Amino acid sequence: MDHTSNLERFIRGGLIGLVLIFFLFPIFWIVLMSFQTNETILRIPPSIVFEPTMSNYSALITGKLKTTAGNLDLAFMKNLWNSVLLSTLSVALSLVLGVPAAYAFARFRFRLGEDIAFTLLSFRFAPPLLVLLPLSLYFKQLGLTNTYVGLIWVYQLICLPLILWIVRGYFEDISPDIEHAYRIAGNSWWQTFRKIAVPLAMPGIAAAGLLAFIFAWNNFIFALILASADKQPVTVGALAFVTASGIQYGQIAAAIVLSIAPTLALALYAQRYLVEGLSLGAVKG
Amino acid sequence: MPHLELASVSKAFKTNKVLEDISLTADAGEIVVIFGPSGTGKTVLLRLIAGVEEPTSGSISIDNQDMVDVAPEHRDVGMAFQNFALFPHMNAFENIASPLRARSQGEAQVNDGVSRVARLLKIDHVLSHAPRQLSNGQKQRTALARALASSPKLLLLDDPLRNVDAKLRFEMRLELPRLLREAKSTVLYVTQDYKEAMALADRIAVLVEGRFIQVATPQDIYRNPATVGVARLFGDPAINLAETTIGADGAIELAGEKVTIDKSYRAFAGKTVTFGVRPEAVEVMNGRGAGLKAQVMAVTPLNERTVLLLQTKAGAELLASLPSSSPSIPKAENEVRIAFNPAGTHLFDRETGTALARGRA
Repeated sequence: MDHTSNLERFIRGGLIGLVLIFFLFPIFWIVLMSFQTNETILRIPPSIVFEPTMSNYSALITGKLKTTAGNLDLAFMKNLWNSVLLSTLSVALSLVLGVPAAYAFARFRFRLGEDIAFTLLSFRFAPPLLVLLPLSLYFKQLGLTNTYVGLIWVYQLICLPLILWIVRGYFEDISPDIEHAYRIAGNSWWQTFRKIAVPLAMPGIAAAGLLAFIFAWNNFIFALILASADKQPVTVGALAFVTASGIQYGQIAAAIVLSIAPTLALALYAQRYLVEGLSLGAVKG
Repeated sequence: MPHLELASVSKAFKTNKVLEDISLTADAGEIVVIFGPSGTGKTVLLRLIAGVEEPTSGSISIDNQDMVDVAPEHRDVGMAFQNFALFPHMNAFENIASPLRARSQGEAQVNDGVSRVARLLKIDHVLSHAPRQLSNGQKQRTALARALASSPKLLLLDDPLRNVDAKLRFEMRLELPRLLREAKSTVLYVTQDYKEAMALADRIAVLVEGRFIQVATPQDIYRNPATVGVARLFGDPAINLAETTIGADGAIELAGEKVTIDKSYRAFAGKTVTFGVRPEAVEVMNGRGAGLKAQVMAVTPLNERTVLLLQTKAGAELLASLPSSSPSIPKAENEVRIAFNPAGTHLFDRETGTALARGRA
């Protein structure tokens, strides 16, 4: 079976190592930075030998940032909570709306169906700023500016197309005969959808949900414009570290570590599921 | 009173007409086989009856109830799909139990129902297996068990033996009639295997290009095919066909020789027809004497019958099928004389293919 020579194995190992360094080094460096003070970070030449400090993390968690220009209040933990809330609720809403819609697009041919599906996808093509300027005016009139409802609504632009198009492929892969068989056995359309279509498309739904969560978590521009400090997620909250007395690199690094931790953990946990889920729909059948 | 009634049912997908003017009745407990080559709309017909497709025109009634706008779950039919269509995320037990659960029966009744059909189909030892762990034969039996489980009044079987190996197909062909009689349902059975059709059917409906060309008992279909097409579909080896002209005395000109088969063929004197003769009706005689001269080109023993490929002087080829026990089976290269048993001969219109007459014994 194994025809690879030692040289081949060596080259392959080297290349994989190169890729890993390329992608993982920034994360490694950020983690190191998060345990340093601004002085040690800005030292030239940089060194990985330093005295670790927890001050960055404690500043973030207590919300008190001491700088040379005086004390500053940080809303970082609030921002983190906002991120969790916004991403989770957005994905949940997208699933509730998107999964039945995906099923409809997969199973039924209706007038303008293809056009509607494509329009939903096209939300992802437009530069967010283009949508945001008119939207911010509308939101002011509707009283949705700086509300969770408003943000979750706008986040549908990110989550809904993703879920709709990934899950649709999964539904299309299920043989209609399996659903027909369940209906002939005496079950209604709704039961068939719940007991057959959704469980069979579950890997796709999970993968799409996960991906949508990560995209929502990483979003920056929507909350920057449509919400103020108390509703903003970590991505925007990190701006607070650019203070009058300089950029707080140590805190930024600690904030990044804290904010990528949930998505990283989620992605690592669901890694196999995610890759399998995303490729299965495309390759199978 | 017919249990199932189809009245001029037609189905078209956009401009593609799949079924045209299909009418059929089936009595309670009757087994009707829908037979036809692939792509003639057999599966579509079953789907229309099951309610997963709606006919473009015409009406379907089950138990004297019009089925327009009746959802599939309210039609009380059982259906086995050609591709099995088992629920991949449920084990065999749950697959078979699904129609029972949908009728909201208690757990004890579900268990009883499943084990009854599972025993009947000899799959009671694999009930805890997921569909992907089952062999093809077990999958097929599970699909059949699921269709039978709720004892539906109408059973639709879409070529259930298509995807199983030859040995199992043979076994099931013997077993199915008993199973279907026991189910006491009206059965519509789709197949493109004429032996299966002959073995199972009370009546056979021959579907070609979206139309029924003949609906009759298996015997009738074989003895009195309505068209050349039907004659060709039923019978193995297939019927011998030749274009010929009927003489004034009713004799048929074959391979440059006149052969008198049935005096009644005189009615078609002067007409050019398609003459058909079943291989079983070709009588092969050794040596000289009366009959058409022919040479044996090949001898193929097929268990109880032996098939001969014969060639007449003029080069026309025809097949003869003799009982293997016959003492006078010639060898290849032998010169023989052949005659025809009138009961196995047919005349068909050359243009339309419809049957004109059949020889009498």
